[in-house]
Amino acid sequence: MKNKELVYAKDLILEPAGLNVNHIETILGKALIPGVDFADLYFEQVYAESLSLEDGKVKDAGYSVDKGVGLRVISGEKTGYAYSDDIALKSLENSVLAAKNIVNHGQNKQIKLESLAKEKNNLISHDLYTSLNPLESISIEDKKALLESVDKEARKFDTKIKKVEVSLSGSYKVVLIANSLGLLIPDIRPLVRLNVSVIAEDNNGRKESGSSGGGGRFGYMEFTKDNWHLDQAKEAARIALLNLESKSAPAGMMPVALGSGWPGVLLHEAVGHGLEGDFNRKKSSAFHDKLGEQVASSLCTVVDNGTLESKRGSLNIDDEGVPTQNTVLIEKGILKGYMQDRLNAKLMNTVSTGNGRRESFAHIPMPRMTNTYMLPGNHNKEEIISSIKKGLYAVSFNGGQVDITSGQFVFVASEAYFVEDGKIKYPVKGATLIGNGPEVLKKVSMVGNDLRLDPGIGTCGKDGQSVPVCVGQPTIKIDELTVGGTQSE
Amino acid sequence: MSNNLVYKTQCDVKAELDNYKQLVEDVLSMAKKKGASAAEVEASLSEGVSIEVRNNDIDKLEFNKDKGIGITVYLGKASASVSSSDTTLKALEDTVDKAIAIAKVIEEDQYSGIAEKELLAFDYPDLDLYHPWDISIDGLIDIAKECEQKAFSLDKRIVNSEGSFINTYSGIDLYGNTNNFIGSFAESRHSYGCSLIAKQDQEMHTDYWNTVARVPTNLKSINEIAQIAVQRTVSKLGTKKIKTERLPVIFNFSAAKTLIASFLGAISGGALYRGASFLLDSIGHKVFSDSITLLEKPYLLQGIGSSAYDGDGVKTQERALVDKGILQGYLLSCYSARRLGLKSTGNSGGVHNLHIKLPEQAQSFDDMVKSLKKGIIITDLMGQGINTITGDYSQGASGFMVENGEITHPVREITVASNLKDMFTNITSVGSDIDTRGNIQVGSLLVDNMMVASS
Repeated sequence: MKNKELVYAKDLILEPAGLNVNHIETILGKALIPGVDFADLYFEQVYAESLSLEDGKVKDAGYSVDKGVGLRVISGEKTGYAYSDDIALKSLENSVLAAKNIVNHGQNKQIKLESLAKEKNNLISHDLYTSLNPLESISIEDKKALLESVDKEARKFDTKIKKVEVSLSGSYKVVLIANSLGLLIPDIRPLVRLNVSVIAEDNNGRKESGSSGGGGRFGYMEFTKDNWHLDQAKEAARIALLNLESKSAPAGMMPVALGSGWPGVLLHEAVGHGLEGDFNRKKSSAFHDKLGEQVASSLCTVVDNGTLESKRGSLNIDDEGVPTQNTVLIEKGILKGYMQDRLNAKLMNTVSTGNGRRESFAHIPMPRMTNTYMLPGNHNKEEIISSIKKGLYAVSFNGGQVDITSGQFVFVASEAYFVEDGKIKYPVKGATLIGNGPEVLKKVSMVGNDLRLDPGIGTCGKDGQSVPVCVGQPTIKIDELTVGGTQSE
Repeated sequence: MSNNLVYKTQCDVKAELDNYKQLVEDVLSMAKKKGASAAEVEASLSEGVSIEVRNNDIDKLEFNKDKGIGITVYLGKASASVSSSDTTLKALEDTVDKAIAIAKVIEEDQYSGIAEKELLAFDYPDLDLYHPWDISIDGLIDIAKECEQKAFSLDKRIVNSEGSFINTYSGIDLYGNTNNFIGSFAESRHSYGCSLIAKQDQEMHTDYWNTVARVPTNLKSINEIAQIAVQRTVSKLGTKKIKTERLPVIFNFSAAKTLIASFLGAISGGALYRGASFLLDSIGHKVFSDSITLLEKPYLLQGIGSSAYDGDGVKTQERALVDKGILQGYLLSCYSARRLGLKSTGNSGGVHNLHIKLPEQAQSFDDMVKSLKKGIIITDLMGQGINTITGDYSQGASGFMVENGEITHPVREITVASNLKDMFTNITSVGSDIDTRGNIQVGSLLVDNMMVASS
């Protein structure tokens, strides 16, 4: 138990509102009327800032402070939720009255969440990131200097680089979670991000863009270590210039090699969302009846691991106070498990995997991914590319989207090459890859030994809630995938 | 027994309007007093409830109450923006202090600043946007339940539901700046619908339909919503594969809306001054086929996108953005207008009710389908394959195959690709089936000659 953090969170959030632990117990007690199985309170205070550079000048800056508390009441499958940005006893009492409305409606299935004794054993938390406020980790002058050095580096890369925008953002989130099982646990979460995007223009007036960046749960000074920030400037410029040289993407079915790191967004979209507990409890996921079945080639082992140090998707505890863990989703192609929050775990007769997350106090938690990646295999990258007769090598993506129910997913390559007879021929632009989640991993025929996580750029959206995540994978080969370009055979 | 239903859905946030006006005035003068040369303030308060019902029982019952204040201070041409959800005097003082402290170290931007006085909407009409719903929680739950049950009863291939949903919300929005402008309005918005799952053999599909209105009595009937939701969901069953080839494509009204949204992105000031648009310097040029006329109608009473002034306090304009294919204007805020050496068009924050004007030769959706020898209808688009800089377009899609004027079967896991410039000028027919739910209201659009790829 992290006593220092607990004292800090109580002093920051409860004390100014004149609240103490007794008040919280009283509120939870009032919420726990007959028919209510579980109640929890999620207090949050967030400081966030952003600084951006355009036309060589740091001239845009923002800062915000948000705080609030959400009260949740669960009765069977029903959730009642009320939140307020006013942390005070009166508004908490109003929230209880509002959220309890669910109990008097419809029939209740009487269930109990994890027992108190079991919960006490769970009063643990990881120590995966610093509790220092990143906003105060360097001075504002140093933040400006950081942005300016990235801008200069991108511009000096090539005279074709015409436009550079650099942004730096950071947040410092303090949460305090209390529930009717007797849990009271804090977490202090730093998160920073650097991004550079450029536009390159050639002599014929053709324009293309490129971007690069990353971040995680640490202070800003990590960005300048080994000149990582300057590497991002060069990478953004390189991609923009490469896209100036690129040809239209081919269209049709073909073998595709996917690069390591961020292309792991394929896993996130193609199988990750479909393995979230809520979709499977409601039987709306294409995977809901596939536990124990072969859903991927035997080369594929996929995990969701919230316990990696300092990563963007990592959490000491999830937003329901459960410690995160390393959950095997698919092992050697066999579907092993789902990602669960408390409610869906209980309704599916299992336990939370520490995947209950929410965007803020104004949102109800649900099962969400943390850091989701495929474990490495035996091939090296060159072997994989040289095995392709005619197809695509997609090094990086813009992002993707999935339809959980039909399994259809889409993602768009930001850096890709046409490959013929095992050789990279030329860069292509505008390649959209489309496929079916439950099908695509069965077509993985080679898995590389070069596992990488993305640099900390992922934000996942679900039901209107955004949370930071990581994805990752080694280089992999998919035997056939539909590529949507403009160039016919 | 009866201490449930403590929440009145007819919450009177409008009663707070005067307090919030005072708040905005106080913060503006506070900023001035603390040394700001100019300032602008946004404030909002909203309350609502949203309910999800699944398999005839409540899944989620959520009460929303949000408030917030955003302050931008200017020290000459240097500015900083700060926001807070805490509207106590002490918190506001801190917020303004913080903004001034940041503005002191930020570099000047010659284009920054609040709107010029002559552009501000000092006189603005009431657009009749505030109509709270006088209904109990039970009443809301009943509508959601009935909608789901109706859907289940219509087709036995509807095997499951992702939930029926209903929500109602009322709020006030204020904007003020140190050119003596304070604007405020109250608004409400209500919606319900259902999201269904259809299953047949190994295929499982989901789709939904909803109704949205400012006035509760303008919501469509439960029967209509359930019927459309069922029809949309079951029609996806029976997918067959198709060949990769060039085909004409009907973007149905919801897919067509995304094409128009891409166009709006390309004529927005931010993309233009960055040079990041395929429609740079296009005013007076032909960007669409002759059949396209797009009107902006900010002053529609009870309109979903109606607004008498924009995010800068600038008076909005009733105008044609596109007239018979020719681009008439951009979407500019004060800042982007200054960057481009132009005048604000009252579009800080976006477009206000964009409606297509039907040409004489507009076709019904059925006639449009009949006119196709071979082609596809796109109903859903996925992915981020739109490049606003070049207009390159490549999206994942699903929809229907059309042969000899008849819909033959659904298709999915296909991609459609082209370039938006070509697509806009290749619009050969405009549909009269206008979707009247949102801020962008268009019907189906027939685009000739697109690359359609399939597995």
